[in-house]
Amino acid sequence: MGQTVIAGVSVDLNDEGYLNDPSEWNEDVAGEIAKEEGIELTDKHFEVLHYLRDKHIAGEQLTIRKVGKSGITDIKGLYQLFPGGPLKKSSRIAGIPKPASCV
Amino acid sequence: MKKLLILGGGTAGTIMANKMRKDLPREDWEITIVDQFKTHYYQPGFLFIPFGMYKEKDVVKPKGDFFPVGAKVVYSEVDQIDPDKNQVVLKDGVALKYDFLIIATGTKTAPDETPGLMGPLWYNQIFDFYTIEGAVALANFFKTWQGGHLVINIADLPYKCPVAPLEFTFFADAFFAERGLRDKVKISYVTPLSGAFTKPRASQMLGGLLEDKNIEVIPDFYMEKVDNENKKIISYDEQEVPFDCMVSIPVNMGDQMIERSGMGDDLNFVPTNKNTLQHESFDNIFVIGDATNLPTSKAGSVAHFEADILHENLLAAIENRPFTGSFDGHANCYIETGYGKGTLIDFNYDTEPLPGSFPFPGLGPFGLLKESRMNHYGKLLFRWIYWHVLLKGKEMPIDSAMTMAGKKL
Repeated sequence: MGQTVIAGVSVDLNDEGYLNDPSEWNEDVAGEIAKEEGIELTDKHFEVLHYLRDKHIAGEQLTIRKVGKSGITDIKGLYQLFPGGPLKKSSRIAGIPKPASCV
Repeated sequence: MKKLLILGGGTAGTIMANKMRKDLPREDWEITIVDQFKTHYYQPGFLFIPFGMYKEKDVVKPKGDFFPVGAKVVYSEVDQIDPDKNQVVLKDGVALKYDFLIIATGTKTAPDETPGLMGPLWYNQIFDFYTIEGAVALANFFKTWQGGHLVINIADLPYKCPVAPLEFTFFADAFFAERGLRDKVKISYVTPLSGAFTKPRASQMLGGLLEDKNIEVIPDFYMEKVDNENKKIISYDEQEVPFDCMVSIPVNMGDQMIERSGMGDDLNFVPTNKNTLQHESFDNIFVIGDATNLPTSKAGSVAHFEADILHENLLAAIENRPFTGSFDGHANCYIETGYGKGTLIDFNYDTEPLPGSFPFPGLGPFGLLKESRMNHYGKLLFRWIYWHVLLKGKEMPIDSAMTMAGKKL
C-alpha cells in the first residue's frame, strides 16, 4: 500500500495495512485504523495498545495468552475489545507488525 | 575436573551428550545427563499408532542405550536451576555443580490448562496422540467406532511438530475410507491459525489437500473450554463446534522446573538467543530443542540442526573463542498425506517452505511441497536413521543451514 495519510500523518503501510515503522504511530492514527476495523477506542483499548507496543519494542513475542495474563484484561475481555482476530486487530491498531505464528 | 551438565535425555540432550563426549577429554571433563524417565520414545511414531500402523513396542527403547560411554547418568527429577550458584538442585536436595549447562528439557502437553478438557470424556471420546497413553487409547477407540463427527483441535500456539495434526487428519481420511466408513465420518480441522498452516505457500498447498479430501477447516478458533455434557468445544468468542470424537492437541508448555527456576516465559519456554543458542541472561547456559522460545518449529529436525550449531558454539565458549556458529531456524518436515504418499517442507527463520527438490537440486529424490510415494518412504526410513545415526550425533548428509539450492521461488 505504501505511503498513506492517516489522521494527518503520512505513514508507510504494508500490503495487509500494518505500519512498517511503529514509530510513525500516535493515538490519532490508532483511532483512524480502529474505525476501519469498526472499533471505537476506549481507555481500556489504549491500555492494551500501549502494553502491546511496550512489549514489542522490548523485543518480546506476543500471544493472546500473554495479553490475557497482563493484568489489563483476560482473554475473554480481549475478544470483546477486539472482536474477530483480537491479536491481529490490536497489533494493527497499535502500529506494530502482524503477530507471527511461530510454527 | 570441569563439569558439563545436560538436563534432559531426549532427542536434543542425547545428541549433545554424544557430540560433546567425542570432543571433551575424559580426564578433564565430566559429562552428566539428568533425566527423570528411563524410556526414550520415538515421538514421530506416535502419529502412526491410532491407525494401527505402529504398536507401542515400535516406538520405545531405553534411553541408556543411546548415551555415550563415559557420561554419568542421573535418573531424577530436577527441582530447580540456581544459575547464580552454577548449580542444579535435584528433587532429593542433592546439588550438581556445573561449569556449563545445557537445558534440553523439551515441551509437553498440558491438557489441564483448558477447562473441561480432562473431564468425563477424556480418553473416552476425547484423546490426544502426543503421549503414548493417548495414542494407544485412541487406537482402541478407533477399532470399534462406527462414525460421527471427528474434530481435530489445536488448543494454542506453539505446539510440538506443527504438521502432525495435519498428517493425523490425512491419515484419518484414508483410514475411514479404507474401512468403508468415510461417508459416516465428518472430519473438521479446528485451528487458532487463519488457515491450514502458518506459512503462505505451504498453507495454500495443504489447505488444497484438505479441501480435496472433503475436510472442513474452521480457522481462527481459539478454544476456551470443553462442554462435556453437550459434547462441544467453545471458543473465547462463543463459537461452538460439536463433536462425537475429539482429537486434541492440548496447550504445550515447557517443563515446570523452568517455572520453579524463574527462567521461563508465560509458557515456561526459556529465552534463548536465536542465533547463538546461548541463554539470554547467563553466559554459561545454553538451550536447545523444544525448551527454547525460538521462533521456529518445535521438532526433532530443528533439535538436530541446532545441535550442530550448539556443538560448535559450546566448544568456542569452553575455549574462550568468539562464537562461530549461527542458527538460521532450519526445519525439515516430512508430511504424511495418506494413501502411501507424503510431502516435504524445508524452511528457516526467513524463508518459507518453497516447492522444488531435496536434498539434491533437480534430482531429489524427495519433492518439496508436492505429494509423492518417495516422500512417504523417506518418513518411514527416518525411524531407522533416528535410532542409528541421529541420536548418536553422527554426520547426516543434510546441512544444518538451510540451502536455496533446489528450491523454486
